[in-house]
Amino acid sequence: MKKPVTTSMNGSRRNFISKAAAVGTLTVAPGVFLHKAAAAELEVEIVEIDIVEPDLNTSRSTRPLDQDVSNKNRWGMLIDTNKCATGCTDCVDACNQENGLEGKTGPQDTQYIRKVTLKSKSTGHETSLPLMCQHCETAPCADVCPTGASFVRADGIALVDKHICIGCRYCMMACPYKARSFVHEDIKNQKLSAPRGKGTVEACTMCVTRVDNGGLPACVEACTAENHNAMIFGDLKDPDSPISVELRKRGGKQLRSDLALNTGVRYQGLNE
Amino acid sequence: MSKIEYTSVEGKSPAYFALLGSLGLMVLIGLLSAYYMEHHGHHVTGMTNQIVWGLPHVFAIFLIVAASGALNVASIASVFSKKIYEPMARLSALLAVALLAGGLVVLLLDLGRPDRLIIAMTYYNFKSIFAWNIILYTGFFAFVGVYLWTMMDHNVYKFKKYAGFSAFIWRLILTTGTGSIFGFLVARSAYDAAIMAPMFVIMSFAFGLAIFLLVLMASYKWTGMELGDAVLRRLRNLLGVFVAAVLYFTVVYHLTNLYATQHHGFERFMLLDGGIYTNVFWIGEVLIGGLIPLAMIYAPGLKDNRTSLGFICLMIILGGMAKVYTILIAGQAYPMELFPGYEVSSSFYDGMVNSYSPSLPEFLLGISGMAMAILIVVFALKVLRFLPASLADAVVDPHAAK
Repeated sequence: MKKPVTTSMNGSRRNFISKAAAVGTLTVAPGVFLHKAAAAELEVEIVEIDIVEPDLNTSRSTRPLDQDVSNKNRWGMLIDTNKCATGCTDCVDACNQENGLEGKTGPQDTQYIRKVTLKSKSTGHETSLPLMCQHCETAPCADVCPTGASFVRADGIALVDKHICIGCRYCMMACPYKARSFVHEDIKNQKLSAPRGKGTVEACTMCVTRVDNGGLPACVEACTAENHNAMIFGDLKDPDSPISVELRKRGGKQLRSDLALNTGVRYQGLNE
Repeated sequence: MSKIEYTSVEGKSPAYFALLGSLGLMVLIGLLSAYYMEHHGHHVTGMTNQIVWGLPHVFAIFLIVAASGALNVASIASVFSKKIYEPMARLSALLAVALLAGGLVVLLLDLGRPDRLIIAMTYYNFKSIFAWNIILYTGFFAFVGVYLWTMMDHNVYKFKKYAGFSAFIWRLILTTGTGSIFGFLVARSAYDAAIMAPMFVIMSFAFGLAIFLLVLMASYKWTGMELGDAVLRRLRNLLGVFVAAVLYFTVVYHLTNLYATQHHGFERFMLLDGGIYTNVFWIGEVLIGGLIPLAMIYAPGLKDNRTSLGFICLMIILGGMAKVYTILIAGQAYPMELFPGYEVSSSFYDGMVNSYSPSLPEFLLGISGMAMAILIVVFALKVLRFLPASLADAVVDPHAAK
C-alpha cells in the first residue's frame, strides 16, 4: 500500500552531507554550489514508500449457507479508539446506507451505530468511539424478551426476530448500551437485506447477511476502506484470527465489564 | 355474626346510566386513542428511544399493582379469618379482577404490535420476568375467579378457604413479579435492586385499599345502603399502616443508594436537581401520597369523617401515580452510566437527562384503563350480588354495636 510519508533529515545525515560537500569542494570545485543546493533541497523531502499493512480483516465466515449456524465461531469486533477520529462518521454513514436508515438523529429516530465522545473527568483526555450493539454472550435483551424475539445466535450475533417481536420495549429498558431503537413510524424504501417493521425493536445486526456471505460488517469495511483501520472484525474463537492475535497482544476492554456479559465488541485505548 | 345478606344494585336510575355512559365514553375515547397511536405509530406519542415506557405504562403498572392490593380485604377475611372483613370479600375480589383487566388493556394497547397478542400468549421465554408476568396475570384471573365462585355458590362454599389462600399466595407472587420487572434491570441506576419487589407489594397494599375504600363508600352512598363506622375505622387504620410502610420502603431505597458512591449522581438528580422529577418526588410521592394522608388518617379531629377519608384515598391514588411516575419515567430520564469517569455526548443523547412530554392520546389511553376497571365494577354490581345489603355496625361487628 502506497502511503505518503513526510521525513526530515536527522543531524548525522545532515553532517554527512555537509562533509561530503566539503570533500566535493576540494576535489571538484565547480560542483560546490550544486552540492549546496542539493543539500538545501534535502532538508525536507516527501517520499512515497510502500508500507505493507497486514490485512486485519481476513477472518470471515466460510460456512456454506445451507449449513446451520454453529458455536464454532464467535463473531466479534475490536475497536482501537486511538485510531478513531473525533468527527469522523464513516462507519455511521456506511451503516445507515447498508440498512436503509435515513440518518436522522431525532429522539424517535433509529440509530444502529453512533459516535460517542468521551472526556475523562480526571484528566480531560478526549476519546471518540463508535458504539453499537455489543453482541453480548448473555445478552440482557434476550433474557428479558417475553417472546424470545430477541435472541443471540450460536455464533454470537444478537438479533431481533421481527416476526415475533410484540413491541413491548422491555429489551430497550434492559440494554446497558442503549443500543436499541424502536420503529416509531411507517418505513419507506426498506432494503431487502435489512428488513424493518413499524412497532418493533431493532438494532445493529453486525450486518449478519454480509457476515454469512463471507463479508465484513459495513462499518468495518468503511473504516478500513478509508484507511482508518480502527475496526477489526473476526472470529474470537479462532486463536489465529487477527482479532484474537491483536487481543492477545494488546488486550481489549469490554464496556460495562462489571456486568460480566462477555461482549463480542471490544475496545482498545480507553485510558482515563 | 348473623348471616350476611347480599344484594345487587338496582341500576335503573338515570344516575346509574349516566355513570355507566360516561365511563363507557371514556373507554371508547381510550380505544380511539390507542387506534390513533397504532395507526400512526408511536411517533405521535411523547415516547422516544430514550423514554421507551411512558404514561400508558404508568397507568398500567399502577392499576396492576393496585389490583393485587384490592384483594387484601378478601384475603384478610379468608386467610387471616378476620370476620369483620368477610362481608366485603366479594367486592374486594371483584375490584381486583376489574383493576387488573383495566391495567392489562392499557399495557396491551401500548405495545408496538398489539395485534400480536396471540404471539405473547404462545411464545414464552421463561427466563423473562415479563413472560412470567403474563402467566401470573392470567393465573390471577383464574384464581380470583374461582375464589369468587366459592364465595358466591353455596355448593362450593367449603372450598372458599383454599381458594382464598391460593389467590392470596398468587397475588403476592404477582406483585413480586411486577416489582421484579424493574428489580431485574441490571443496566440502570434507578433499578437493579431487590427491594423493588417487596416495595411493589407494599405499594399494592396501599393503592389497592385506597381504591377499595373509595368504591365501597361510593357504592353505599349512591345506593343509600348503610355503611357503619366500624368497618371504615378498621380500614382507615389499616390504610395508615400501609402508607407508612410505603414511606419506609422509599426511605430505605434512597438511603441504600445514598450510601453507594456510584448512585450519588442518580440520588442528586432524584432528590435535588432533577427539576420536574424532583418536584413529583417530594410534592407528589412524599407529601401528597405519604405525609399528608398519614397525618390526616391519624388526626383525632378527622376520625369518622368520611369526606376526609375520601380525600385521603384520592391523595394516596395521586401520590401512588406520582410514585410510579418517578420510578418509571425519572428512572429512564436519568442517563445510563455507560462510561463511569467520563463525560459523554453523542447524537443518541448519551449522557443527557432525557425529556418526556406525554401526548394527549397517551393520557387518554391511560385514564381509560381506570374507567374500564370502574365500568366493570359498576356493571357487575348490577348483574350479581356482590354488596352486603348492610354494613351497619350491628351487622358486621355485634360486639362493637352499642
